[in-house]
Amino acid sequence: MLSSSRAALVAAAAKLPRLVTRYGYCTTAAGERQQQKPLSPKITTHPTRNDRAKDPRWKDIDMTRAVDEADVVIVGGGPAGLSAACRLAQLNAEKGTEMRIVVLEKASSVGAHIMSGACLDPKGLVELFPDWQERGAPLHTPVTGDKFYMLTEKRAIPLPLLPGMPMHNHGNYIVRLGNVVAWLGEQAESLGVEVYPGVAAAEVLYTEDGSAVKGVATNDVGIAKDGSPKDSFERGMEFHCKQLIIAEGTHGHLAKHLINRYDLRAGREPQTYGIGFKELWELSEDRWRPGYVEHGVGWPLDSGTYGGYFIYHLNEGSPLAAVGFVVGLDYSNPYLSPFREFQQFKHHPHVAAALTGGKRIGYGARALNEGGVQSLPKLTFPGGCLVGCTAGMINVPKVKGTHNAMKSGSLAAEAVHEAIGSGEIEPATYEEALRNSWVYKELHSVRNIRPSFHLLNGRLGMFGGMAYTGAVWYFTRGREPWTFSHGGTDHEKLLPAKDCKPKDYPKPDNVLSFDLLSSVALTSTNHDHDQPPHLTLYDDSVPGQVNLSVYDGPEQRFCPAGVYEYVELDDGSKRLQINAQNCIHCKTCDIKDPTQNINWVTPQGGEGPAYNGM
Amino acid sequence: YIHIINKADMAASKGLKILVGCKRVIDYAVKVRVKPDRSGVVTEGVKHSMNPFDEIAVEEAVRMKEKKLAGEAVAISVGPPQSQETLRTALAMGIDRAIHVEIPLAQLEKLQPIHVSKLLAKVCESEKPDLVILGKQAIDDDCNQTGQMLAALLDWPQATFASKIEPSQDSKQLRVTREVDGGMETIDVSVPAVVTSDLRLNEPRYATLPNIMKAKKKPLAKMSPDQLGVDLQPRQEVISVEDPPVRKAGAKVESVEDLVGKLREKGLVK
Repeated sequence: MLSSSRAALVAAAAKLPRLVTRYGYCTTAAGERQQQKPLSPKITTHPTRNDRAKDPRWKDIDMTRAVDEADVVIVGGGPAGLSAACRLAQLNAEKGTEMRIVVLEKASSVGAHIMSGACLDPKGLVELFPDWQERGAPLHTPVTGDKFYMLTEKRAIPLPLLPGMPMHNHGNYIVRLGNVVAWLGEQAESLGVEVYPGVAAAEVLYTEDGSAVKGVATNDVGIAKDGSPKDSFERGMEFHCKQLIIAEGTHGHLAKHLINRYDLRAGREPQTYGIGFKELWELSEDRWRPGYVEHGVGWPLDSGTYGGYFIYHLNEGSPLAAVGFVVGLDYSNPYLSPFREFQQFKHHPHVAAALTGGKRIGYGARALNEGGVQSLPKLTFPGGCLVGCTAGMINVPKVKGTHNAMKSGSLAAEAVHEAIGSGEIEPATYEEALRNSWVYKELHSVRNIRPSFHLLNGRLGMFGGMAYTGAVWYFTRGREPWTFSHGGTDHEKLLPAKDCKPKDYPKPDNVLSFDLLSSVALTSTNHDHDQPPHLTLYDDSVPGQVNLSVYDGPEQRFCPAGVYEYVELDDGSKRLQINAQNCIHCKTCDIKDPTQNINWVTPQGGEGPAYNGM
Repeated sequence: YIHIINKADMAASKGLKILVGCKRVIDYAVKVRVKPDRSGVVTEGVKHSMNPFDEIAVEEAVRMKEKKLAGEAVAISVGPPQSQETLRTALAMGIDRAIHVEIPLAQLEKLQPIHVSKLLAKVCESEKPDLVILGKQAIDDDCNQTGQMLAALLDWPQATFASKIEPSQDSKQLRVTREVDGGMETIDVSVPAVVTSDLRLNEPRYATLPNIMKAKKKPLAKMSPDQLGVDLQPRQEVISVEDPPVRKAGAKVESVEDLVGKLREKGLVK
């Protein structure tokens, strides 16, 4: 379903001396992979794009790494990774086996990079810890009320929420997922798992013949911004393991690398995404309705842009509410700013009524996966597997993925335990177990809802999607014999700027809506400024040549943290400036960059946002 | 008390024994929020880390060990149970062992430099360090008092805002360069002494995972203020904590006449 403008652009790009393919490798027109000519001043100084073996500044540096062994290494201490860790520990206790299980988490503490609504379906948790209540899991707010609205510019039209509809939330809990994850981390540690926050897994290690994964290496520290070694330089360490579980969340960077290397998307659709924003508000007490859940669609998004909002009223002692907004990243207008759509949304009379008198105390953003079963990659590879959002298991109409992530972690643990016991390299039973589980049943049943948004070539937009859900899905529950396609990747759907109209957003009023930089300050994000930017470019010349000239630099607008800026140089030309310190690790740039030139890699461990129960 | 050390040649002796203070504070990059009841700032669930000046103090102690000026480096923290994490970071950076003086939560908010310096003084009586290095101030209260109070309680010389520490010409004392308002001041202090670290003393190393794992095996002793016989009765009462005033918008003027006119209006110009 490539638009004609996109086809024209591909033809035009072919005439450029460098053709940037979908995976971002730099090839000449003749198809040869080429080392980029250094551009001065250089933007990308990261060692992943600058071979230190050829760099004279690294001549006398000892690059050997300490090596440690574990049975299972899990990259990512989120719901999926920690569920896998806990389940493995439980299996060991049940079966009398002993395993060293190590969890590597890049945030400074477990839970600090977690960003979610969240209205939790406790299914996954109950299976893992039936005694979760005695163990003190922070699920304090059962859902007491549930509403769905369609917003027009002035009105909020309530739509019926019938039982059985994916948006019906009876039995679920409103949680601060970061706190639930911190609790999961404690459970894992009490079960004997080694959890190391502040450690980023930077590189996948392979066996001698390159066929199987043998472990990971953690990040190096002490590299200066220009790529040279500092006095404090220290090499990361290697963990060699029998099985590697990747649980990095949506669009993980090691997952991206492994998916490419083992071609895990062969015969499947590419993943599609949304960007989710969330703010934590201290409401005025008289507007606080603990346990109340509200979802909605409509204004200010136009009918051609997928997205929606949520408002969850927590009940944890103070009048807190989570206010969130999702914009599908398959939008086509490069002038669209998801952040500003979100800020504008809060001015709708219906939403403003809830927030007036309140105070914003938190902000964050993260990409989320929307592809469902169509976009699930092959889940296993020689030496490991993918769990949770990194594979992509969010039930989009239900806006929930945590329960699926936790279940997939448990199933992976069982397959991994089996594989280690039998000496199998690939935990192949995991994929089958997932397909036979309620995770797959659920995802299969809702598979057509998100893509129904594109019915009739997207002309009906949100109305098409809702009509499909009400008229078809409500009766078939996914048993219809067809499966809609997503129609390609999100980044391919961006149109050139000349074909689109710039958008006029209102100025923030600093009461309900806010500017980008003060929002980023609330994430408490920080990175050591003297390190190579971890937002690397395959080709430093592409932003100016293509992103800016063809798409008007959309990264300035889709980044929720103000990382990308086009600054004017003395000669009048514009240059991309990467403010890596602002990054909140959402991965949107890696997803939506129309030239797929941006490759997010992990910065030093312990850096990034410091979310508090988000 | 009187503490006699071998003053003949510092390098030849088994090296100084250093005690380093570390405080667990709200991380410097966190956006701090005042509690709704204005009694303090929100700390629950907020990211904490070692006070940056204390990181510099720890780094200096480890470097002095590497240069063989020091023989043993001990880290000490006065704080809640989570201060243990801060001490583990110090151990991962190269400190030999740690002491945690645990303060019950009820008394934590009212803890002041006078109490901390008394606790440290008591520990110095038993540990008998040759040198105490503290961060010059904590970034949460900005008091800049503990080092100075400790030196007074112990009747030891103090060298605050150190940007360089080295043996003196005759190797019998420490030569400390201090950052002062007018520039730099170099003084010689005899040991035992209290030194507080300033920003330019060094750039701290990273606590990397292999060292973090090794640090788990290093000794960490726990003590209570009662054991040390120090009374934590607060001497001050916090009346309220408030946000800084919101900056008022300015106004742009079109011409010099405009500017003069506005200044006249406000009575600032005749």
